Amino acid sequence: MFYIYCPYCEEHREEEEFHPKGQAHLARPEDPDACSDEEWGDYLFFRNNPRGIHHEMWVHALGCRKFFNITRHTVTYEILETYKMGEQPTITAETEASRPAATASSTDDRVSTETKGAQGVQA
Amino acid sequence: MSQSAKQPNRLAAGGCVDRNHTLNFTFNGQAYTGHPGDTLASALLANGVDLVNRSFKYSRPRGIVAAGSEEPNAVVQLGASEAAQVPNVRATQQALYEGLVAHSTNGWPDVQKDLMGWIGKLGAPFMPPGFYYKTFMAPASMWMTYEKYIRKTAGLGRSPTETDPDIYDHMSQHCDVLVIGAGPAGLAAALASARAGARVILADEQEAMGGSLLDSRECLDDRPAGQWIADALAELERLENVTLLPRTTANGYHDHNFVTLHERRTEHLADSAPSIEGRRQPRSRLHRVRAGQVVLATGAHERPLVYANNDVPGNLLAGAVSTYIRRYGVIPGRRLVLTTSNDHAYRAALDWLDAGHDVVAIADARETPDGELVEQARARGIRIIPGSAVIEASGSKRVTGARIARIDREAFKVIGPVETLDCDTIASSGGYSPVIHLASHTGARPSWNETILGFVPNTVKGVAAAGGARGIYPLADVLADGADAGAKAAASQGFEAVFETTALPRVPAIREGEACALYQVPHEKTTLRAPKQFVDLQNDVTAAAIELATREGFESIEHVKRYTAMGFGTDQGKLGNINGMAIAARCLGRSIPEVGTTVFRPNYTPVTFGAVVGRHCRELFDPERYTAMHQWHVEQGAEFEDVGQWKRPWYYPRHVNGRLESMHEAVVRECRAVRERVGILDASTLGKIDIQGPDAREFLGRVYTNKWAKLAPGRVRYGLMCKDDGMVMDDGTTSCLGENHFLMTTTSGGAAAVLEWLEMWHQTEWPELDVYFTSVTDHWATMTVTGPEARKPLAEITDIDLDRESFKFMDWREGNVADVPARVFRISFTGELAFEINVQANYAMHVWKTLFEHGDKYGLTPYGTETMHVLRAEKGFIIAGQDTDGSVTPEDLGMYWAIGYDKPFPWIGKRALSRSDTRRTDRKQLVGLRPADPAVVLQEGAQIVFDPQQAIPMTMVGHVTSSYYSPTLESGFALAVVKGGHQRLGETVYLPMADGTIHEAEIVGTQFVDPEGERQNV
Repeated sequence: MFYIYCPYCEEHREEEEFHPKGQAHLARPEDPDACSDEEWGDYLFFRNNPRGIHHEMWVHALGCRKFFNITRHTVTYEILETYKMGEQPTITAETEASRPAATASSTDDRVSTETKGAQGVQA
Repeated sequence: MSQSAKQPNRLAAGGCVDRNHTLNFTFNGQAYTGHPGDTLASALLANGVDLVNRSFKYSRPRGIVAAGSEEPNAVVQLGASEAAQVPNVRATQQALYEGLVAHSTNGWPDVQKDLMGWIGKLGAPFMPPGFYYKTFMAPASMWMTYEKYIRKTAGLGRSPTETDPDIYDHMSQHCDVLVIGAGPAGLAAALASARAGARVILADEQEAMGGSLLDSRECLDDRPAGQWIADALAELERLENVTLLPRTTANGYHDHNFVTLHERRTEHLADSAPSIEGRRQPRSRLHRVRAGQVVLATGAHERPLVYANNDVPGNLLAGAVSTYIRRYGVIPGRRLVLTTSNDHAYRAALDWLDAGHDVVAIADARETPDGELVEQARARGIRIIPGSAVIEASGSKRVTGARIARIDREAFKVIGPVETLDCDTIASSGGYSPVIHLASHTGARPSWNETILGFVPNTVKGVAAAGGARGIYPLADVLADGADAGAKAAASQGFEAVFETTALPRVPAIREGEACALYQVPHEKTTLRAPKQFVDLQNDVTAAAIELATREGFESIEHVKRYTAMGFGTDQGKLGNINGMAIAARCLGRSIPEVGTTVFRPNYTPVTFGAVVGRHCRELFDPERYTAMHQWHVEQGAEFEDVGQWKRPWYYPRHVNGRLESMHEAVVRECRAVRERVGILDASTLGKIDIQGPDAREFLGRVYTNKWAKLAPGRVRYGLMCKDDGMVMDDGTTSCLGENHFLMTTTSGGAAAVLEWLEMWHQTEWPELDVYFTSVTDHWATMTVTGPEARKPLAEITDIDLDRESFKFMDWREGNVADVPARVFRISFTGELAFEINVQANYAMHVWKTLFEHGDKYGLTPYGTETMHVLRAEKGFIIAGQDTDGSVTPEDLGMYWAIGYDKPFPWIGKRALSRSDTRRTDRKQLVGLRPADPAVVLQEGAQIVFDPQQAIPMTMVGHVTSSYYSPTLESGFALAVVKGGHQRLGETVYLPMADGTIHEAEIVGTQFVDPEGERQNV
């Protein structure tokens, strides 16, 4: 069960207080009528399903009722940051990819372990 | 040493049991005695009970193998009374108490004379791995019969048939450092963290803390291990920042250091929790711990060796032999043969000798065993047979001998003559496996470590393993590793913690020879022809089964596991999995790390449903919401319906001629009252959202499909809400209270979701709009007075002018009702004249009762949700969520009048209405259905076809969404969605039912009663 830092309440609360609302940063097209059916269909139905860094929207439903965003690792489930609506994430798939391997956290160790499975990790 | 006559295997001295007190217990109906400090397993061994169970598949006799949670055989049904029955309790983890009653889980008619055993003997060749799949495949319709039979013979224990009298708790906890396991590593870690000031929880699954130290031969600071444990626990108990949880199993590691601990609070006292001062104590408690850091000090499990007939009672783990002797003062036999691949297991032989019994021989698989323990054994005259192993046990209900031979581990064969030694106990050790289960729950895969011949855990952030749990075994190193892990855990939480070796007790190092890799022991015959060599004792998986699985093409260890059912038991293969992987690896010609390991999942040991549920049962299962008039409904004998968490009156059955009305009779009476005179509904559960702000009107125009620009104060409008995919989500009326102030109503079940929906659009898309939302559902009670005479009772108690011209349909007025400030809305969900009265909830009962005082003479009749449904459906009014299901557009409902196609802002759902899919002419559209036979009330959900003659499977073209009997029409009627239904009015459709009957119905409009809408304007 997640332990989520609400950027408005400024404290960690149990997942039970929150509702997940799916992928973050999905802007509604300004002029929907100008969208083709395909473009509108993409906005409505198509979502990313990345292995790794994912930005998702949550709401502190049983708390302050504020919506905010979470940067979460979909393999380790580690929440790397939470930020208010209108703000941009500081951690993205790109920033993670450009990090030097030497400073990789346990997250990366875990991913490599996952990727290789037990086969490649002989002590 | 001599033994007591009553407990033939009890040593005269030694161990932590209290010989001055005797406890009586029964096992399979036979009376025995034990002592405080015993587990059920140690007491059974003390009494010389060899046979504790029958095996799962072959019904072979089984005895106690281990001393802890890894025990696969001694799984019992516990409980003296029916209500107290608990299945699948490991006797090794069950403390003995006075009056304990236990039974074997398997065995029919009993474990001694088991009839199924004959089937096991006769049928064994016919029960290869996957035999369930192979034998019981066809016909599929018989599976239910097979399954019942398989379950009975498999005997997985049974749940009680009576209500559990016990209560169970949940407790949420926070700590800086959670230490799991209170052996040497865990105690050292807890001390290091606690001394630094961190809040520490130390949990251990055993009756006593101390782990491996409880039966250790080693000394700490020149004193027996037990004294160091006592000192350590005394210090931890003194510290206020430490919580000690004995008898507490960490069952699951969940995300973000959330760990569930199952604390058995009274299970060591009785089979039902005792009362203290008249209060029943919680039987067990589930701690939901959110930890800053988790230290896994879960130790290691010894692996048994896999040799022929290694399941006959009298085959034990070497470590378990030591535990029973040293901790419980029980000698599990008289003549011991030890077969081992390592030095550590020699303890069992030394302890056995110390207890005064014969060690026949030690078969050591290594050519030149040379550690300190080996030398001690040699010095004491024990015969050590190097390069050898027990290849087969003799005996059926008890070991009678051990067949020993020289083996070539590399070539996997017996290379010398077989010697048979007379013995009654065989202790085996194939090395040690770190207990990586909780680390595995984190999702991190373990790595194979060739030095320790075991998988060591990888973990995620915030979790660290220490000591045996990560393959560190010498006691001094374990203590140091635990202290280091504890200090680091505390430091990571901001406590100044320094790891000082000087703070650790002095432990003389024991020189150990190198262990060798041995899992399955070769036999003179091939694996497939040799007597059974068990890998997973609980699920009866043999080495031959694994070999066969690999021959049949199963190469992935996950597939081998599923095919053979290895590790599927309640023990999750704690003893057998590594051996199974090693055998699969040998058969496949690969290494163990190449084959890999399977994944352990929560729970570590079985958890009772009681502990999982806690207090969330019966009336506390889910919150119940009551309206302000609830007590009145109860007193009137209303039947209630659950709507979300609300309890709503469903109908009010009356006594007519001394008989209580049926639901049908009550609903007919209530419907007639509303259509002919006047009825009243408690509609308080409707969701109500107060919307204020300069941009409130603009906001409504964006979230509703229809227009809101011109709604004047004092007026009310019906609104339809879609998601952006154009599908109807909710509906309700919204009233203009002032230029910048609106009151929105939602469906009873949709209130919270609609509020969240409004907030989401405001906060994420249109933060520039100045608008505020407040839930006022509970603040206002709502009562609907409706019927042709609705005006009369209300007029008597209100100062509001109810004249039909000055207070029009879809108006609302403010005034007093029964001397209470009220908002009265002239809106109708029944098609009749109706006034919805909203008053502050705490005045509502008064207003409700006053209405009845004045309404009685007009026949004011309370009606419930069922009547409400009939009346609204007769008018074709939809219920969002019943007549719609997330795939229905406003156009599908035929509600073109509620769609503002020309509104300036692209409101939510508008664009989707012009997608190619929503433009299809064969979409399912809402229509009315009149059954050809008026006596028929169609089933809600029934599928509709155009042609009843077509072959099955028929082409389904829609389904019934609402269906009732109408007293007004004197006929059944229904709402339904039908493909292209709006163009099919007057056509006949058919509804084939499961029993073969086919109903016929005509497609009609959705308004069955008063289609012109005149009745609401009387």
